[in-house]
Amino acid sequence: MDIHEYQAKKILSDFGIGIPRGGIAYSPENAEYKARDIGGSRWVVKAQVHSGARGKAGGIIVCDDALEVAQAADKLLGKKLVTNQTGPAGKIINRVYIEEASDIEKELYLGLVFDRGSECIMVVASTEGGMSVEEISAKKPETIIRSKIEAAVGIQEFQAREIAFNLGIEPGLISRTAEVIQGCYRAFSELDATMVEINPLVITKDKHVLALDCKMSFDNNALFRRNEVSELRDKSQENPSEVYASDRGLNYVGLDGNIGNIINGAGLAMASMDMIKLAGGEPANFLDVGGGATPEKIVKAFKLVSSDEKVKVILVNIFAGINRCDWVAEGIVQALQKIKIEMPIVIRLAGTNVEKGNKILKDSGVSYIEAQTLEEAANKAVEALKKVDGK
Amino acid sequence: MSIFIDENTKMIVQGFTGKIGSFHAQEMIKYGSNVVGGVTPGKGGTTHLDRPVFNTVKDAVKETGAEASILFVPPSYAADSAMEAADAGIKVCVAITDGIPSHDMIKVKRYMRRYAKSEKMTMIGPNCAGIISPGKSMLGIMPGHIYKQGNIGIVGRSGTLGYEAASQMKKLDIGVSTSVGIGGDPINGSSFRDVLARFEEDPDTDVILMIGEIGGPQEVDAGNFAKENMKKPVVAYIAGLTAPKGRVMGHAGAIVSAYGESAVEKVELLKECGVTISKNPSVIGETIKSVLNK
Repeated sequence: MDIHEYQAKKILSDFGIGIPRGGIAYSPENAEYKARDIGGSRWVVKAQVHSGARGKAGGIIVCDDALEVAQAADKLLGKKLVTNQTGPAGKIINRVYIEEASDIEKELYLGLVFDRGSECIMVVASTEGGMSVEEISAKKPETIIRSKIEAAVGIQEFQAREIAFNLGIEPGLISRTAEVIQGCYRAFSELDATMVEINPLVITKDKHVLALDCKMSFDNNALFRRNEVSELRDKSQENPSEVYASDRGLNYVGLDGNIGNIINGAGLAMASMDMIKLAGGEPANFLDVGGGATPEKIVKAFKLVSSDEKVKVILVNIFAGINRCDWVAEGIVQALQKIKIEMPIVIRLAGTNVEKGNKILKDSGVSYIEAQTLEEAANKAVEALKKVDGK
Repeated sequence: MSIFIDENTKMIVQGFTGKIGSFHAQEMIKYGSNVVGGVTPGKGGTTHLDRPVFNTVKDAVKETGAEASILFVPPSYAADSAMEAADAGIKVCVAITDGIPSHDMIKVKRYMRRYAKSEKMTMIGPNCAGIISPGKSMLGIMPGHIYKQGNIGIVGRSGTLGYEAASQMKKLDIGVSTSVGIGGDPINGSSFRDVLARFEEDPDTDVILMIGEIGGPQEVDAGNFAKENMKKPVVAYIAGLTAPKGRVMGHAGAIVSAYGESAVEKVELLKECGVTISKNPSVIGETIKSVLNK
């Protein structure tokens, strides 16, 4: 789960990390009031959307007086920000963060992630703050510092100090920088985070160490014990179909193609999408109805996939094990009797009692295209699509 | 032979008396697995499915001599149950549970480091279908009848995609020595490489099928291991050609976040290691057949 910049800043500041003075605003008047409240003569108005690269997309505006702050907020609020990470649809700006501008002397990069190879938490740092970590790896890989943290004992002071020295921090600010690194580690491990990123972490001209921009992501599997994190979820930043799916226990990812998918199991779902691509089509979604593929879930899945306007053909691929094909077929028939679906549906069943399952589908009178293998299913879906398109 | 389990392996079920635990324990017993009892804290001294229930894994091991266990424990308690199994001297533990926090899995793996190699438990999963040695024993949730006994070792992340492969093979009259599901989570008990090493030493396994997917370094790591340390041929299929970068595709671990983690890159890197690639998921069985005929 992702959260907004201002939420991540609040968390990190609770763990002892310095942040510029700032406040959240929901309207231009609110933004102007916040600017005057913060004080000073220069502010930054930042669109709060779940995406990086907001600056390049026009989502960050520097202002020299409080009226300008109101205008900037007016320009951003209610609009969709399209960055290179949001996709063409962009993400809605429902709130802006007003922050005092900082006089920057040095910009650094600091990130914490799970390193799947070593199964450790890894601190990644670089002197080249302000660029994305991918950009740093491509352009200045020699500046990247990595430090593995032993999860059983947590980060040690010397490790944090070493990173600070390797970043070329002046002696007077070493212990302050080390505290920031240790604070990030504590936030990461105490809140079940999967990523903490401060980019840039800046040294200001008046010698403060501040998190100017930051991001945090959390382990969805740990939300059951992190109410303080769960309540930060902002569904307006998520794809509506994905929210609909996750609220109903389905695993769904929206894509750009036009062949909708209903499949059981994540691996089989990815494999079926691959097959569609190899057959010359493009999948409209990833959808795993779960190993069980219960009739209730199949109904929900049909509703979800058919509500996607791009979808012109639906491919159902279920490998039934312990939940036999005859039972799955009954679920499909129920679903198709309940919801009217006009587009072609290709169904491929495999596994236990496959003959019985196919017979139930045939005898039910529902209209569908039968397929025996994964390859045949994908080919038939692409053929059906061509017919729909009139080619 | 086979790896991890055979008809003699004594097994217990952790979370034995729960609905899911009971259901799958019955399926395992029907398949012929030697299930000798189970553990549900607080229900020790009772009987379930004609087998004794114990309060702790230690009690179960002491009374039954169990060497293997399978976990049907909710995500919030699963890590604790895995550590309990390790401490009780269980040799192989399969964690079926989906949804264990990554931080908890790191804890489990660190905890297991306290045991000497000879005493250390092998953990399989979590978020997996388990292990089956066809015709002998099943410590998992797969439909046993789709596997034919034979000489191919299967190791994969996904449950249903593994079933797909096994049934393609059965249609071509190709059998399986053991099939191991290592699960779809980012931090797992055993890696592809760990399981390949076991298959290399198994006299009944001649070819290994590895079913990987996007995300993480394990498939490529296993490819390098195969190139340097294995004589047996490895066939691989990698799912997720169409997966966009940075999105989680169902499995918590199925996310492309670095170079070498996409399906296309993994396929290229595996080819360089001499692994035979099944070009699509519909021809996994045929690809194995062609390798067997070589």
